[in-house]
Amino acid sequence: MNARRWQSLTPYLLLLPSAVFLLVFFAYPMAEAFVLAFRAENGEWTLKFFQQMISDVAFAPALQTTLVLIVILIPVQFVVALTMALLVQARLRGSSLFLYIYAIPLGISELAAGIVWFAIFTERGYLNTLLTGLGLLAEPFIFLSYERQGWLLLAVVLAEVWRATSIIMVILVSGLQGIPHEYLEAADVFGATLWDKVWRVILPLLRPSLQVALILRTILAFQVFAVAMAVAGTGITLLAAEAYRWYWSYRNPNVAAAYAALIMALSITSTVLYLWGLRTRSEELAL
Amino acid sequence: MNAPAWSRRVARAGVYALAVLMALWVLLPIYLLGVASFSPQLGVYQYPKPFFPQPFSVETMAFFLKAHGVVRAAQSSVVVAVITIGLATVVGAPAGYAIARFAFRGRDAFRVLVVSTRAFPIVILSIPLAVTFINWGIYDSVYSLALMHTALALPFTILITSSVFASVPKDLEEAAMTLGCSRLGALLRVSLPLALPGLAAATLFTFVLSWNEVFAAVILTVTNRTLPALVLTQLNESPLPYRFAGGFFMLAPSLVFMLFIRRYLFNLWGRVVK
Repeated sequence: MNARRWQSLTPYLLLLPSAVFLLVFFAYPMAEAFVLAFRAENGEWTLKFFQQMISDVAFAPALQTTLVLIVILIPVQFVVALTMALLVQARLRGSSLFLYIYAIPLGISELAAGIVWFAIFTERGYLNTLLTGLGLLAEPFIFLSYERQGWLLLAVVLAEVWRATSIIMVILVSGLQGIPHEYLEAADVFGATLWDKVWRVILPLLRPSLQVALILRTILAFQVFAVAMAVAGTGITLLAAEAYRWYWSYRNPNVAAAYAALIMALSITSTVLYLWGLRTRSEELAL
Repeated sequence: MNAPAWSRRVARAGVYALAVLMALWVLLPIYLLGVASFSPQLGVYQYPKPFFPQPFSVETMAFFLKAHGVVRAAQSSVVVAVITIGLATVVGAPAGYAIARFAFRGRDAFRVLVVSTRAFPIVILSIPLAVTFINWGIYDSVYSLALMHTALALPFTILITSSVFASVPKDLEEAAMTLGCSRLGALLRVSLPLALPGLAAATLFTFVLSWNEVFAAVILTVTNRTLPALVLTQLNESPLPYRFAGGFFMLAPSLVFMLFIRRYLFNLWGRVVK
């Protein structure tokens, strides 16, 4: 083999280990998951694990809570993340300190974040201390109770907003850095208010970043489970928590794999919807 | 002072106030958990809760660290993270280098593949891998969990290292080669030293990812629990001091690591968007 040919092969040789690794640890388990979910012990293809999953009493609440969580979570997170991103880009004094602080939750695990918010919402926790201290409550209120699904959900939502907004913020900041200054200066010349600039200049130009952030955040939100377990114990159940329960408590990897397949299907559906929804609008904009 | 300048000042002050408010939103909950973790054990049950440790005490933290299995789980966590860092670097850094330095067919396809794996549910990987690992006889081991974590970390390693190598000027490497270095020599003597801070950031990122990961850890291990897996399975039976101190112990490293990583976060996400 001559040197030139060897040279052109080099990049592929460098890629080979990671390509093999990704194939073994992503493609293979995914195929295996579908086999687990769709094939019975006798080797026949079946839907019985899905029937078992759906007929379980926890299925409907888990699906519903997961979807409600996402519907509430995503808009709130995007408002907070965009605010943070604009603040970071506003050339404030100490903006690098603000960036560091806003990015901290990115390194905090779901479980630790759940414990943080458990400390706040628990009966003898900080929220009750504050509310009784202000005279708003006579005695501690039990927020995290099985009968108070609304409060449980709120605590989980707050914990998730707190924990998982940083990643959106980071994606949006890098998107904002790509917007040429001239555009915003031109908007200033025409007397645009901050509100106008955000809606008419920044958000349209930020669409690719928003799309990436939306897709990623939604997919990750379908997998949330440790936050809910730390904050709400068994008071709230989510799809990923059910997958864990079926695998661990019931020793049934097949139904657990059915949950995994459902989560996968929901992730793909949401991705396609985002790609489709945001694409049409950007074409309208181009006209 | 004229009116517009004055109102601009007020607006500026408002922006600062908002920035500080957002910072408090992030920091205050961490601070409160810190207060709970560094109060004496009785203080953890105290009500109303003090808003600073009264008195400062390591009793609660010591109680957590002395609890059954905690030290061992923390060791497992570190071992898993270190193996993950090693594997992800050895496997991923060459790919990152290739993407940064060579123009070749399929480069963009490979990038898309790498990026798309990040959007992959851990749930769908862990359960079949658990079954496979049981069949292969490597279930419940820190090594097989490290393999799984490497798979999760690899996309990040590839993207961070590729942006790190891309930021090292190619000219320097070419100059070294003109002066008689081989490509490997140029890489080792010129690019690598310059890329070192970025590679260190990638390493820290991998550590945080592995240290925090809980779903795969709890599915793939039984006796060799990592710290998050142990704390998760103990949640319902454990007293408040255990949970609070455990939570704070797990999040503390990220406070330090983010300081070093934050600059590189934008390399990571900025290039995906373009």
